[in-house]
Amino acid sequence: MGKKVLLIEDEPNIIEAISYILKRDGWIVATHADGTTAIAAVERHAPDVVILDVMLPGRSGFDVLQDLREGEATTALPVLMLTARGQIKDREMAERLGASRFMTKPFSNKEVLACVQELVQA
Amino acid sequence: MLSFNILIAVCLAYVVALFLIAFVADRRARRGQLGWLRSPLVYTLSLSVYCTAWTFYGAVGYAARSGLEFVTIYLGPTLVMVGWWWILRKLVRIGRSQRITSIADLISSRYGKSNLLGVIVTLMAVIGTTPYIALQLQSVTVSFAVFAQDRSGGAWGASDLNATALWVAAGLALFTVLFGTRNLDANERHYGVVTAIAAEAVMKLFALIAVGVFVVWGVADGAGDILARIDTSPIADWDMKPGRWVSLTFLSAVAFLTLPRMFQVMVVENVDERHLATASWAFPLYLFLMSLFVVPIAVVGLDLLPAGSNPDLFVLTVPLSQGRDGLAILAFLGGFSSATSMVIIAAIALSTMVSNHIVMPIWLSMAHQGATVSGDVRQVVLVSRRISIAVILALGYAYFRVSGGGAALAAIGLISFVGVAQFLPAMLGGIFWRGATKVGAAAGLLTGFALWAYTLFLPSFGGSFILPVSVLADGPFGIGWLRPQGLFGVSGMDPLLHALFWSLALNTIAFCVGSLSSFPKPQERLQGAQFVNVFDHNPNSQGWFGGVVEAEDLLVMAQRILGPEQAQGLFTRAAERQGKAGFLPDTSPEFLQRLERELSGSVGAATGHAMIGQIVGGSSVSVDDLMAVADETAQMMEYSSQLEEKSAELGRTARQLREVNEKLTDLSVQKDAFLSQISHELRTPMTSIRAFSEILRDGGVTGRERKKYATIIHDETIRLTRLLDDLLDLSVLENGQVKLNMRTVDLYDVIERSVVSAGIDGRMRFKRASSGEHVSVMTDPDRLSQVFINLIANACKYCAADAPELQIKVRTAAGVVEVDFIDNGAGIPAKSQPLIFEKFSRLGDHRAAGGAGLGLAICREVMSNLGGSVDYLPGQGGAAFRVSLPNERRSSVGVNHS
Repeated sequence: MGKKVLLIEDEPNIIEAISYILKRDGWIVATHADGTTAIAAVERHAPDVVILDVMLPGRSGFDVLQDLREGEATTALPVLMLTARGQIKDREMAERLGASRFMTKPFSNKEVLACVQELVQA
Repeated sequence: MLSFNILIAVCLAYVVALFLIAFVADRRARRGQLGWLRSPLVYTLSLSVYCTAWTFYGAVGYAARSGLEFVTIYLGPTLVMVGWWWILRKLVRIGRSQRITSIADLISSRYGKSNLLGVIVTLMAVIGTTPYIALQLQSVTVSFAVFAQDRSGGAWGASDLNATALWVAAGLALFTVLFGTRNLDANERHYGVVTAIAAEAVMKLFALIAVGVFVVWGVADGAGDILARIDTSPIADWDMKPGRWVSLTFLSAVAFLTLPRMFQVMVVENVDERHLATASWAFPLYLFLMSLFVVPIAVVGLDLLPAGSNPDLFVLTVPLSQGRDGLAILAFLGGFSSATSMVIIAAIALSTMVSNHIVMPIWLSMAHQGATVSGDVRQVVLVSRRISIAVILALGYAYFRVSGGGAALAAIGLISFVGVAQFLPAMLGGIFWRGATKVGAAAGLLTGFALWAYTLFLPSFGGSFILPVSVLADGPFGIGWLRPQGLFGVSGMDPLLHALFWSLALNTIAFCVGSLSSFPKPQERLQGAQFVNVFDHNPNSQGWFGGVVEAEDLLVMAQRILGPEQAQGLFTRAAERQGKAGFLPDTSPEFLQRLERELSGSVGAATGHAMIGQIVGGSSVSVDDLMAVADETAQMMEYSSQLEEKSAELGRTARQLREVNEKLTDLSVQKDAFLSQISHELRTPMTSIRAFSEILRDGGVTGRERKKYATIIHDETIRLTRLLDDLLDLSVLENGQVKLNMRTVDLYDVIERSVVSAGIDGRMRFKRASSGEHVSVMTDPDRLSQVFINLIANACKYCAADAPELQIKVRTAAGVVEVDFIDNGAGIPAKSQPLIFEKFSRLGDHRAAGGAGLGLAICREVMSNLGGSVDYLPGQGGAAFRVSLPNERRSSVGVNHS
């Protein structure tokens, strides 16, 4: 039984790409494209790992991460943050808020996969 | 029989006594032991230089010739002292406050420190006084001759007389140089000389009264007998001429004010203004005593002495004829005193004027630029004074030789009087009339002096000097009405009155006309105000006297103004200098002046003066003091308002800087945000491209998948390219570097083209009124089309209605063509409306957008470049945009459209 990944991302092409990579590796992939309802999605899907984009419609990925860390059930949930803005202050922000990993787009498929695997094993 | 040698010996002894008195007084003064030297009595007695040998000897002669008319000479000064004391008080106050050194200085200072006037007055004074000095030399010489004659029984030859005059002149020059130029005093006061003059005044009065008493009780049988003798003498028969009386009284009053020597003793040598009060009754009393025995002596002289005897010498000859040698010597000393005191004071006054107004200006302008050392200048001043004294006495002697000692004594005196009387208009006008000007003063002085010379002085030589007899008799070039003693056909008048009238009248007229027709310079106005208003404002230089004040009170005040440390330092130093232990000095005038200077430095001169005045209590604060304080305060307020303005300016600059800084920071934040946005917009498609290219490279994908992923890569590449195109386009548009291809087009064609290229998918229904679209506009059709395409594409993209509709309306208003694009969707929420034209401001789900959010920003820039605008139109149901274009030429082009 494969582990479950929840991908919170609003770019359709990127959803498609990441879903393909993870599924090819045997993961169960759920997707969600909206910031405001992201927490509910996490509760509903109860994933082993969350891949979280920063620029989401409605609510930023940072806010979502903060809520996750404050939530009892999700405080230790591994979260890989992705951002296309690629500025240092974003990375700092992510670390401060408790992101497990932080990656800048564009990423290498291998790295994303390795990262997700690592997060689950840890 | 009196030995002539004894006379010489007595005379010398008297002179030595005078030297001693002057010497002692000078030394006491320089040690600061003024004491009785500063008494009103000395001041009053020094005024007696008015009574020269002319009044001592001449009054008796005058009485013998013209009866009581001689009284006018005493009446004038008496009237001035009693009735015109306020003029004197003003003169003295001005003289003290302005440190006036002579009458020339007074007039020159009053009219803007004009050196020209100083020179004019000095020359006039020298010319007017020289005959007078000659007169004194003559009287001394003649009185010597009387004794010599008496002794040898034979008259002195002319050479003896000349030698005596020369000796006398030399002796007087020596005395004057010794005591008049011992040292330079800033106030030009000569205590030694003044004291000697006072002693001589006593001698004069004593001698004359002694002779008078002898005559009344020694020769005659008391007062009753004298009165009887007067009745029978020729003096009783003299007619009194009212015109002449009034004129002579006036003349002597004027001369009392304007004679350089009188100005010297009355104003310059005055040490205390209050002495004037004593003098105002004491000096008339002195004059009264001097005149008391004049008539008795004259009457007795006429009785006793043979007809033809010189009545001018009765004072000497009456005692001599009675064998009273001692009395005669006393009388001689009285006459000698009268002559010498006048000559000494006149020489001092004139030498001051000559050296200050003629020698020093010349010396200073003559290359001596480097003479800044005060000692150097002092020496020059002293030397020039001494030479001036010598020259003045030499002039007097020369005049004595030229005139031959012929004219009657009194006549010369009156000629002098009229000469110096010319100073009157300029002097009185100067101290009472602010409108008096330098031009007026010079005009008056020169006019009066010229007339005096022409009508009185030159004719007095009787045709032997400059003016020939023919001119005196027939006028110049035979013009009768210009005769010196009958100007403008006025004949039969007494020459003296004639001269006095014309010279003073024309002098006054020239003075007034000159003053009214000229405008004073600033310095003149300033000086004029100080002179005329001398009583209104206490000048600082007057110093502080009399008031009782505690140093502690002053310290309290000084601390508030100067600050505690500086004030205490000032007081302690002053105390040390006074040799006092402790912190509080005596409140001496010097200290008060010094304190006032310090305060003035902080709060201004007027305020400093008023403050000390209030505390010392010596003076009350006058309205003018307050005005001066107000002026200073106004200046300070002006200054502080300037400061305030400066600081406000600084504040403004700081605010501007802050604003600019904020703007820069803002721009920097915007730039960061922009870069962040660009980064996002570039990375997002690149992420897809990389991810799918890696998937494709890894292999193992189905054919359908491979085609799909390749399409994504292709689309994302196009998206990237479009983004870069948009960014470059925006940059060009924003910088205004865009190249526009402006031409006149039919708006319909542009809309048609845009609809075709943007709305190809066919789902959107367009509602247009084509007839209204045929408007000709001057624009770049490609750019305008770019805007339209953008708006249409947005409508197609975002309009979520089931049956999407886009209405395109064209309206032409005054100067503007408006194209509205209104869809039937949900529209844009009000809070987002202000943002839609910003870069990267994509609303809602950007999966649907497909663009980078630069479209509307570009539209706005394009319209701005085309001279129009694009705006969101709220309240139209769906999303509505209005494009406005300038419409220069409104016309319909072509109605036949497809």
